[in-house]
Formats: sequence, C-alpha cells, structure tokens
Amino acid sequence: MKSLDRTGWITVGVMLLLGVLPPFFYWIGNEFYLLLATRLVILAIAAVSLNLILGYGGMASFGHAAFVGIGAYAMGIPVYHEFYGGFSAAASTNGLFQLALSVGLSALFALITGAISLRTRGVYFIMITMAFAQMVFYLFQSLDEYGGDDGLVIEMRSELPWINLDHPLQMYLLSFVSLVVAMGVVHMIVNSRFGMVLRGAKGNDERLVTLGFNTYLYRLTAYVIAGAICGFAGWLTANFSTFVSPSMMGWGRSGELMFMVILGGAATALGPVLGAAAFILIEEILSSFTVYWHLPFGLMLIGVVLFARGGLLGMLQGRGRGK
Amino acid sequence: MDTTLLFIQILNGVQLGLLLFLVASGLTLVFGILDFVNLAHGSIYMLGAFICASLTFLVGNFLIAVLLAVPITGVIGYLIERVLIRQLYARSHLDHVLATFGLILVIDTTVQIIWGPAGISVPLPDWLNGQTELFAGVVVPTFRLIIIAAGLAVAAGLFWLVNYTRLGMLIRAGASNSTMVSALGVDIKTLFSLVFALGAMLAGLAGMLISPITEASINMGGEVIITAFVVIIIGGIGSMKGAFVAAILVGLIDTLGRSFLDDVFALFMSQNAAETAAPAISAMLIYILMAVILALRPQGLFPPKVR
Amino acid sequence: MSMLLEIRDLKKGFGGVTATDGVNLSLTQGELHAIIGPNGAGKTTLISQLSGALRPDAGVILFKGGDITRRPAHKRARLGITRSFQITSLVMEMSVLDNVALAVQACDGHSFRFVKPARKISHLRERAQEVLAQVGLADRAALPAVELSHGEHRQLEIAVALATGAELMLLDEPMAGLGGEDSARMIDFLKGLKGERTILLIEHDMDAVFALADRISVLVYGRIIATGSPDEIRGNAEVRHAYLGEE
Repeated sequence: MKSLDRTGWITVGVMLLLGVLPPFFYWIGNEFYLLLATRLVILAIAAVSLNLILGYGGMASFGHAAFVGIGAYAMGIPVYHEFYGGFSAAASTNGLFQLALSVGLSALFALITGAISLRTRGVYFIMITMAFAQMVFYLFQSLDEYGGDDGLVIEMRSELPWINLDHPLQMYLLSFVSLVVAMGVVHMIVNSRFGMVLRGAKGNDERLVTLGFNTYLYRLTAYVIAGAICGFAGWLTANFSTFVSPSMMGWGRSGELMFMVILGGAATALGPVLGAAAFILIEEILSSFTVYWHLPFGLMLIGVVLFARGGLLGMLQGRGRGK
Repeated sequence: MDTTLLFIQILNGVQLGLLLFLVASGLTLVFGILDFVNLAHGSIYMLGAFICASLTFLVGNFLIAVLLAVPITGVIGYLIERVLIRQLYARSHLDHVLATFGLILVIDTTVQIIWGPAGISVPLPDWLNGQTELFAGVVVPTFRLIIIAAGLAVAAGLFWLVNYTRLGMLIRAGASNSTMVSALGVDIKTLFSLVFALGAMLAGLAGMLISPITEASINMGGEVIITAFVVIIIGGIGSMKGAFVAAILVGLIDTLGRSFLDDVFALFMSQNAAETAAPAISAMLIYILMAVILALRPQGLFPPKVR
Repeated sequence: MSMLLEIRDLKKGFGGVTATDGVNLSLTQGELHAIIGPNGAGKTTLISQLSGALRPDAGVILFKGGDITRRPAHKRARLGITRSFQITSLVMEMSVLDNVALAVQACDGHSFRFVKPARKISHLRERAQEVLAQVGLADRAALPAVELSHGEHRQLEIAVALATGAELMLLDEPMAGLGGEDSARMIDFLKGLKGERTILLIEHDMDAVFALADRISVLVYGRIIATGSPDEIRGNAEVRHAYLGEE
C-alpha cells in the first residue's frame, strides 16, 4: 500500500467511521442515525459531483440541484406509470432501467444546458445555470399528472438484483458504497490527463488554449460527468424518500449544495463529504431548537464566506484560514 | 383570436415587463456600478411588499403607505450595504453569491418571524380598485394602468438620472473608474451605499406595486429574482437599456405564452395534446428564449462595453 | 529555402484605431526574426493574430503553406505554433513541473484520458524535467509556480512554450523586466535555440535583438517600414529617424 499524507489519512479515517458507525447504531436498535446518515451520504454524492466542476473546474454552477430532481423524477415516473397506466414505454419498476434513465437524462440535460452556459463565464454562468434549473423546476411544477407542486409519491422502490432497498441497512450500504465509488471516480478523473487540463483551465484558460487544448470541450465533458453522477444521487434520493417534488430542485437546494462544497473544502476529495455532514448536523441541531433555524444558518453561511475560506478540511489540517 | 383579449393580455405583459424592469434595473445598477452580484435583491423586493402591507393597514391608505415604505426600504438597503455588502466588493463574484444567499435566509426568516408564514393581501382604495374603460369595449383594471404609469415614470427617471444628471455622470464615471471619482473629490464609499440603497428602493417599489394584485408572500422574492436574472442575461448584464428591452420582452412572452399557447398549439395538434403541452412549454418559455438568445449572442442583446 | 510562416496584407483595427495596417512578413524555417518598434506600434496585436487570440479584419496567414487565418487558437497550437506572453501567463496554483508537463501533454495526443494519473506518466514527466533543466529551473520543479521570482517566471514562460515542441515560437518580450544578469542568461538561452526552432521575437532590448536576430523588421503604427539583416537595419536612415533615433 502506498503511503498516505495527512489529508489522505483523515479521508480514510472519516470514511471508515462513516462506513461503520451508522450500521452500528442500526445494530443496537437506533435506526434514526442510520436514516440520517443515508441522507447525508446521498447529499454527499451530489456535493462530490458538484465539486468536480466547481472545485476542480472552477465552474460555479448554481443549478446543480436540477440534476438531483431530474434523476429522482426519472426514478419516480416509471413507477407511477407502472401503477397507474399510461405511457407504457416508460412504465417500469426495474431499478437498472430507472437508473439508466436517471443518469442518462441528467447527462443529456447537462450536455444541452452546459453547451450553452459554458460559452459564458463568471456571473453569466452562475445566473444561467440557476435559470436553467429553475426552468426544470417550473416544468415539473406545471406537470399536473405527476403531482405538480405537491410532488409525486413513489409507490415502490427500485427492484434490483440481490439488493432490497426497502431494507434500511441495505439502502444505506448501497448509498455508502456509491459515495466511495463516486469519490474514487472523481479522484481518478481529476488526477488524469483530463483532470490536469480541467484544473489548468480553471487557473488560466488562455494559457491552456494557447497550449492547444479546446478547454470548452474539456469543461463540457466534466459538466456532463458531474450531471450524470448527480442524477445518480437523484435516483438514490427518490428511493430513499419514496417521494419527489419540484422543491428538491429549487435554487435554495442548489445553494446548499454549493455551500457544502465551499464549507467542506473545494477541490479536495473529502471536502464535500465534510460539508454535507456539517450541513446535516447544523440542520438537525438548529432545527431542534427553533423552526426559524434558517436565520442562524444564514448568518453562519455569511460568516463562512467572510472568515473561513479554507473550509473544514483546511481547519482539520491545521491551516487554511483566509484565502 | 379575440382582439380585445389580445390587447388586454398585451397590456398585462407590458405591466409585468415594467415590474420586472424595476427589479432588474436595481440589479443592473448594483452590478454595473458596484460590480456586485446581489442574490438577495428578490428578498428586498419581498421585504418592501411586507412593509408596505403593514403600513397600508396602519395609515389606512395604500398610496401613502408606498410613499413611506420606499424610503424605509432604501434605508434598510443602505444599512445592509454598510454592514455586509461593502466587506465583499474585493471578493469574487462567487463569494458575493454565497454571502447574499446567506442574507436571503436571514431576511426571509426574519420576515417570517415578524409577519408569520402566511401571505398578506393588500387592500386598494376604492378609486384604484375599479375598472377603466380605455376605449369602446376594452375595460382594464385601473390599478394595472397605475403600475404601467409608475413603471414608465421610473424608467424615464432612471434614463434621465443615468444620462443627464451630475450624479449620473458620476455613476458612469464610477462605473469605468472608481479611483477617478475619488480623485474628483467624491466619496466613493457613500456613493456606493447610495447606489445600493437606490437599487433596494427600486426592488421594494416593485414588490409594493405587485402586492395588491398577488399578495405579500415569503416566496415572491425567490420567484422574481430568477426571472430578473433571465431579464438581465438576455439584455446584457450591466446594460440599463438591455434590461428595459429584455424586461418588456420577457413580460410579453411570458404573459402571451400562458394565455395563448394552447390556442397556437391546437392549430397543429389535437386539442387534448395542446392543453397538456401548453402549460409545460409556457412555464419554460422565457428560459427557452434565454437559451436561444445566448446561443446566438453569449453576451446578451446589448453587451455592455468592456471595462 | 522553405517558408514556414507567411503573412499577407494583414489588417486589424479597434474602433477607429488601426493596429495592424497591411503587414506583409515571411519567416523561413529556422530563422530568428525580430520585430522592433515603438510602444503602441501593434507588436503584441500582431502576435495575437498569429496565435489566434485575435481575428484579423483582412489578410491571410499561411503556416507551412496552409491557410490558418480563421483557425481557432487551440488548433493553431496543434499545428505547431506557440506563444509566450509579455505578461507572464502560467497556471499559478500548479507546480512548476505541472505547468511544463501540461505543455508536453498538449503535444502528446488528445487528453480525453481519464484513468491513469497524469503525474505517473513517465514520458510526460521526464520530458518536462528535461525542459526545466534546459532553462535552469530543475531545482524549482516542485514549487507552486506562484512562488517563483519574476526572472524565474520569465524562464518558466519560455520553458512552457518550448515544451510544446512547437516549430514556430512567438515570443512576446521575453526579457521584459529582467535585470542584467537574468537577461544575459536569457539571451544565451535563446541563442542556443537558434536553428532548432523558428522564432518570431518581439523585444525592446536592442542589445538582445541585435545579438540574436537573423533578420529584423521594424513596425511603426501598424506598418512594417523596413526588413533586413541587423546591419541593414542599423544603417537604414528611415529606421533611425522613425525609431532608433528616438532612443
């Protein structure tokens, strides 16, 4: 085994805890923490995918929750048609079919919207990704057949070989393994030749173009990969909560994902996981005190921007105050 | 097609467009001059509506309430700039977005604590609440005409401000070179605070004007801000003229799409299919418009001059 | 002798200002061709049109006989044209070695390769180390680019251009801001490249230009008023009047 640096050990340690502790709580009869951890792990997958484009690629997407929503509806709608008829071509409870649909449609949406929005930079990109996500939000809100604003209750979880998603522990373990795989895939990508180009273009686009890289295509590819991974997180979300609604892809959700990445530490392997964990904990703790927990949460977010740009991982490493 | 209905819907579209312009113009001023991206602009719009609603009940008259609420919103904007926004000018646009996202949560929750989660409907005085017959057979709500008039007046005022006043010249000078303004002996910090306050007043006014039609509600800010973004993306970020043209365009297309798209679709598909497809497409129409315009002109219709 | 680069009647204006006003120029293979001229003569604008960062209004650019006038920048780089920047342009948050390795990677096929760690690909790293050794930065390889001194940044800028393996190097004031010792080292280094690469050099440092150039063109207000060997340019009355005389 190759030697790990300090960040590597922290990463392995946190992931081991995340793999062992929730099942342990379940084993001693405390299911609540397992469910909380499932939510955390699924959110973390979405954050990991955002980190690929935001952290490593410098693409500040404020519409990432749209992919969660597309992935979730792509799981829920086939089940709906299986139970209530209509549109038989899409009717299915087969998990692999739904999964392919979730990932495929998210990637397709990323390809189309990315092709347009990546022609722009900076503020334009932030606003355009936001607008495209809102477009999907309004689309599903207007589709009365699938519950419109009220959302769609999913009658049945995905049917998979060997795995029973109705079993909370199996649901968790699938989500956890998926997170580990997603982190591994992103880690592999950002260290590959492709990743070097992506990171180089974040730092100095003109230089990379002058070297002969069509940076637009590299960015677009990363955007599509991130969309696909996030669509997968959507498929998991739908299976976890057996419910999907437009509010899952509101821009508030996208903002939260962005904060997880920044808070945890952008362009690090573990950062998005820490960010997701911090978000879940803050939400649980604050909301147990007050229904108005968004007020202190908002103040915390402002504080993070003003004072703690190194992210949580930076603090764990004992550095990273300021820029 | 019924021409009277078409006319009324065009009028509604213009009215929506002018309200969008009020919101977008504030964003444009703040972005164009302060180079600041204010995600919380929609929350100020919402805050203006709630303040105006309370004042309407307090003083018993909507118009007086508006006259009081606009400067109050301006003061709140001024304070927000002094306390938070000015710490962020030197930061990246991403930081602006993240910090003002936090600000949205703070403002929205505060409003919820003060006014409760339910919306507040705002009563109009009787003389505003009626209908006006523009010409034979065309009757429109009087208040919508008032909104159009107010919107046009503000647009004219902004045009005058930016193009013909000393402040406007300073603003344009500040836009191109803030150090020059400092050299001219103008306090740039105060100027920035005032510009931010002006943007807040414009957003607040828009929120106040719409509140008697819809109602003052927590969600109204989040809904309007994205549409305002679409407007300034289409118009070209930082361009006041672009914001105006795009706001009217978006207002018209959104309104007409929602009213007539099913009729248009019915021309080439079954009535049933048209009624299913039309709401979905009309909900996405302005975003499709944005995508098409961006594909053709990535900098929007009126790209501002490079600094 | 074969022409590597030919520019015919190139024109470019910004608003009312003509920055390039009918430039004709050709570079033979292996030549070091310097362009001198007063500030604002349009030297960087010319380079930017050759590299593809700017589109000319009119005229033709031929590279190895092929028309590249409308090619985007990244495609020109692939054909074998690279440039350095007057204002250092590096990926500052990456290491010195990574910067050069990216340039090596650029001429090693496409980079849509997602699996193998780029830092473990030995031929990329070795070639990058070689180039760094060539410019004298071998001991700085592991540092983030941002931590280098100004002189080292200029060296790295050249190393990156060199590492692409491009036949034609467009060098925009490589000596800019260099002190006596550093600039002498840079002149020596460029001398070593002569014959190996074709170089279009923009430079204000006249000692460097006359020490290095095979031919010199004088650009004034977007026009080339003279082209010739260093001795011819030195002796040209018009040039002395328009440019050298000012010094």
